[in-house]
Amino acid sequence: MTEATATDIGAAIGVSSRSERPSTPLSTPIGGLPRLLILFFVGALVIVPLLATALGGFKGLGELRTNPFGLPVVWQWENYWGILASSRYWRILGNSLYISALTVVLTLAVAAPAAFAFAHLRFFGQRYLFNYFILGLTFPFATAILPLFIKVRDLGLLDTHWGIILPQVAFSQAVSILLMRNAFRQLPTELLDSALVDGCGYVRFFFWITLPLSRPILATVAVISFVVSWNNFLLPLVVINTGRKYPWTLGLMDYQGEFMVEWQLILAFITLTILPAILMFVLAQRYIVSGLTAGAVKG
Amino acid sequence: MALSTALFQSRANNVRGGLLTALIFLPPALVLFTLFVILPIGEAAWYGFYNWNGLATPENFVGFENYTQLIGNKVFGRAFINNLLIIVVSLTVQLPLALAMAVLLADRLFGAVAFRMLFFLPYILADVAAGLIWRFMFDGDYGLISKVWQALGGDPLYILADRDWAYVAVLTVIVWKYFGFHMMLYIAGLQNIDRNLYEAAAIDGASGWQRFRFITVPGLSPMIRLSVFFSLLGSLQFFDMIVSLTGGGPLNTTHTMVSFLYYFGIGRMRVGFGSTVGVVLFILCVVVAFTYKRFLMRDD
Repeated sequence: MTEATATDIGAAIGVSSRSERPSTPLSTPIGGLPRLLILFFVGALVIVPLLATALGGFKGLGELRTNPFGLPVVWQWENYWGILASSRYWRILGNSLYISALTVVLTLAVAAPAAFAFAHLRFFGQRYLFNYFILGLTFPFATAILPLFIKVRDLGLLDTHWGIILPQVAFSQAVSILLMRNAFRQLPTELLDSALVDGCGYVRFFFWITLPLSRPILATVAVISFVVSWNNFLLPLVVINTGRKYPWTLGLMDYQGEFMVEWQLILAFITLTILPAILMFVLAQRYIVSGLTAGAVKG
Repeated sequence: MALSTALFQSRANNVRGGLLTALIFLPPALVLFTLFVILPIGEAAWYGFYNWNGLATPENFVGFENYTQLIGNKVFGRAFINNLLIIVVSLTVQLPLALAMAVLLADRLFGAVAFRMLFFLPYILADVAAGLIWRFMFDGDYGLISKVWQALGGDPLYILADRDWAYVAVLTVIVWKYFGFHMMLYIAGLQNIDRNLYEAAAIDGASGWQRFRFITVPGLSPMIRLSVFFSLLGSLQFFDMIVSLTGGGPLNTTHTMVSFLYYFGIGRMRVGFGSTVGVVLFILCVVVAFTYKRFLMRDD
């Protein structure tokens, strides 16, 4: 696979410490003003829907119709306050946080030892077993969603958060094991050799040496599984029936179904539900961009 | 174990310890993965031969009837074409746009980092939310696009209710949401191109376009193939946005294969019939992955 690493991508997005020497823009065929005009045009196309959504939440329904482009004439804070004061909003975010956090913890707890086994141990059938996991790389939930639904039902997990968490952990195994195995392998082999000679077993080596030295890859895997879980829609849609247990993606569709044409409320609700993701992105751009793209590139 | 034996640790000893550790470290992953990923895929193939509503056990064996029904189904045919259209638009609109933006933002020029972040932002939003945002944008009574059209003197535009235009709207949102991700791949690829090549070309008098055509594009080809691969896989699993943007309507013209599976398989508890869609998706995924490994990644 392509050898772009997380650090390459970190450098690419301009957040790494690696300093590039100032040079003329040789790879950019267009410079100066035309370049900026193009960028601002595309940038406007990207940001206008988001701004319209956030501002629309401050307008009344009538103003939404008569004043679609400008700032709100009267800022209707009650749209936002009403949602923020409702238990519904906090409940769906809480559900999503609970599901995503458990998914991340379990993904790491299950995939890291397996990745270690593939990276450092030698046992019969290792290659076949590894390829077995790699099979999972290209299959989305959708291919097996119906039998998965039957399985979750037969295990008695229907309408429970575990019915989402366990399949999510299972589906994240392929990419997590692949990413972590590659990273674990890059640790100097002398470390393992001398540890074994000194009587440190594999298990202790894994907990005391491998994991502490592999924090960047653990962070990458955590980011990937968190974002996948946070944004997941199809699986909760099939598994959860009770409104109180909805993650935010289902809660958002539910809200939209309830308020249909009251766009000002729906827009405020969209804004408030995507806010956590945007805040996380702004605060941890570096990890999120390099995590998501590195995960994609290496997976 | 005594220290002295450890000092003379034999390879056999090492292997035994390794095997024991593997027996502790592997089973959790193996069990979960088998139970929730591999078994359901196998079961989809099995259920596909039955007419089953999901209750009790499948008994009504119908052979390939579900498959012939699927092939003859007009909505599924349209969904299949819609999936192909996503790929076409990814290759003809999204890929060039992402590449162009990557080239404009590869160097540390004014605003480069800010624009990279802005273009990547839609990618981290959930498809459901992006779909709803654009459902508003395309709304005939309140949406900005209709309002702009009216400001130019036109009648209100009900794009999402229009059989010919609704899917164009879906494709637009796909490009809006995903081009930033592909742009990041290209920017990462651009960092790996040797800058001396550009300097040498500049000295030889190559124009900006020539440098792009003969240095940038060939240097990026591994990333371009990777990006095409993601577009293919992304198309095969495209679902969430259909639900929030169009719900498959008007008149079932905007389904994808997965939304077809959801509305016509799960929605009506036709487990056997729905499973056949899953099998088709599975086969397409295998074909894509195999083709990718065999042909596209050959020289990497």
